Amino acid sequence: MNKTLKNITSKRLFLPIFCLALVLLINLVTRPDFFSIEIRDGVLYGFLIDIINRASELVILAVGMTLVVSASAGTDISVGAIMAVSAAVCCNVLTGGERAATAYANPLILGFLAAVLVGTLIGCFNGVLVAKLNIQPMVATLIMFTAGRGIAQLITDGQITYVRVDSYKTLGSSFPGFPVPAPFIVSIIVVALTALLLKKTALGMYIQSVGINKKASSLTGIKAVMIIFLTYAYCGFCSGLSGLIASSRIYSADANNIGLNMELDAILAVAIGGNSLGGGRFSIAGSVIGAYTIQALTTTLYAMHVSSDQIPVYKAVVVVIIVTLQSPGFARWRKSLAQKKAGRVEGKEAA
Amino acid sequence: MKKKRTLNQTGFLLLITIALFFVMYILGCVIFKDQGFAKMQNFLNLFISNAGLIVISIGMTVVMITGGIDISVGSFVAMGCMMLAWMMEKAGMGAVPAVLIVLITGVVFGLVQGFLVAYMDIQPFIVTLAGMFFARGMTAIISKDMISISNEMFMAWAKMKIYLPIGGHMNKKGVMIYPYIYPTVVIALILLVIAFIMLKYTKFGRSIYAVGGNEQSALMMGLNVRRIKLKAYMLDGFLCGVGSILFCLNTLGGFVEQAKGFEMDAIASAVIGGTLLTGGVGNVIGTLFGVLIKATIEAFITFQGTLSSWWTRITIAALLCFFIVLQSILAMLKKKK
Repeated sequence: MNKTLKNITSKRLFLPIFCLALVLLINLVTRPDFFSIEIRDGVLYGFLIDIINRASELVILAVGMTLVVSASAGTDISVGAIMAVSAAVCCNVLTGGERAATAYANPLILGFLAAVLVGTLIGCFNGVLVAKLNIQPMVATLIMFTAGRGIAQLITDGQITYVRVDSYKTLGSSFPGFPVPAPFIVSIIVVALTALLLKKTALGMYIQSVGINKKASSLTGIKAVMIIFLTYAYCGFCSGLSGLIASSRIYSADANNIGLNMELDAILAVAIGGNSLGGGRFSIAGSVIGAYTIQALTTTLYAMHVSSDQIPVYKAVVVVIIVTLQSPGFARWRKSLAQKKAGRVEGKEAA
Repeated sequence: MKKKRTLNQTGFLLLITIALFFVMYILGCVIFKDQGFAKMQNFLNLFISNAGLIVISIGMTVVMITGGIDISVGSFVAMGCMMLAWMMEKAGMGAVPAVLIVLITGVVFGLVQGFLVAYMDIQPFIVTLAGMFFARGMTAIISKDMISISNEMFMAWAKMKIYLPIGGHMNKKGVMIYPYIYPTVVIALILLVIAFIMLKYTKFGRSIYAVGGNEQSALMMGLNVRRIKLKAYMLDGFLCGVGSILFCLNTLGGFVEQAKGFEMDAIASAVIGGTLLTGGVGNVIGTLFGVLIKATIEAFITFQGTLSSWWTRITIAALLCFFIVLQSILAMLKKKK
């Protein structure tokens, strides 16, 4: 019995899942209606649906961020800003440069492609700085973090650009005749494709080995520079995509608010998912669970009627607890405690 | 034998930063000659409006030299201002105890963050991220509405002009007007000098560099790495406390959205000033010029009048890019040697 328990608790994903379950459990006690799901107008409704719907952007970002963290032992803090830029580009293409439009000036697909392309390009820029020029990731992405919203405002003239066409709202709400929220479907596709790509090819292993030891990986013939570059480009792609979803939700491009503080949540999702921010081994599943945990926490707090600007306090407390539980310092302390206990027992036996 | 003095990498970067500031300032003096850009008062305004940022950037530099980072500073400033405003206006406390409480809060905040970073081995980014959330949320819990400060003593501090005996000019009535500064600038500059001396000549300062340069070596040298890190974060917390008071003396109020993005301004100033995020390299004088460069760009945009505010961000980012790439090229050249 004790052994199986130990086996379960020593699994890598145990803590992240445990945390998510704990958050959901609190809801079960405080709000029994939390888990009820109903269908309204052919679309699913309920707190749980809200969580998986609202977490979609975060999940997509967390996937990209996980790879970046793993390969380069650093974080990409520009993802939120990239979201704003890609949303601005998309809306600007669709409205044809106007600040509001009720019909597309360009085909929808063109707007989407442009947005994702811009996201990827900014990712490439970050990638060149980090991989080729050997700049610390946080400093390199600080450039785009600072410039991103400025560029987005430049594109939209500092105003909110509206696209008032129904089909533009699809990506942020739901596909017609399909009850599951569209953002959730997109995020699942991204996660599945990424996982498949990493598992079926050697890319996943390359990324880990570069993250653990860049020099050694280069010596064994892995193009470390290329791998790091690719992770940043991919992270940019993910940010562009989630920028699209965020923009579609509010059918507009708000340069100041789209993706605000998302970079922090994305990094947090990676950390809560049990991934070391020091690079190396990673688990996409962990990060995805981390993202859902953060969203579950936020939704829970909303359900408890905590106002939106006070939520960060509770978030901070929970984050500190979760991260402390996973920290090396805590493990050391627990070990020394266990040793002391063992020593005492031995001492008693000897006596 | 004559000793050959060569400029090392840090010195070179510092020189470029300082040169860039002066080039930009002189450029401003030439372009906006008619609007009075060259006035002594305008130069002092750079310090007056950024006194808080200077102090906070000093703290950031210290933490960055240890190889860490503190992204909670912006939120802490908001919380500090809100605490001051609430204590003086709603709780009816005097200005002196309110200021002292904010300073103590800063140190305690730094202590907790430092403990988690140094003794629990959690990444500084994550710890201070939580700190950032906490402080911002706390600000909203203290009060959701803006509180303006009207405490007499505090207002007297804020309005106290210190006139400089030099650089005055005649106004139209023929009265000599001397340029002035506020006490905030004096405090900021005194702290800067103290921090400079501390980092350069004291045991604690040198051990901060040692820890940031190579933690393993520092440990082998017999330094108590954990305690030094803890102390660095406490110092940073204290400076954040001072910085938020200086900031509050400028804005005279507290509201939830205050000082948003301040942490990135501080980090950018330190990086432009030649501090490396990997630790071990940095200088508070460079940081001061980093802040001044940002202030000059803002002054440019104000004087120009037609440029939109977002150009500040884009210009600073372009400058950041320039400095960062320059740093990396220098590092590569050094390696090749």
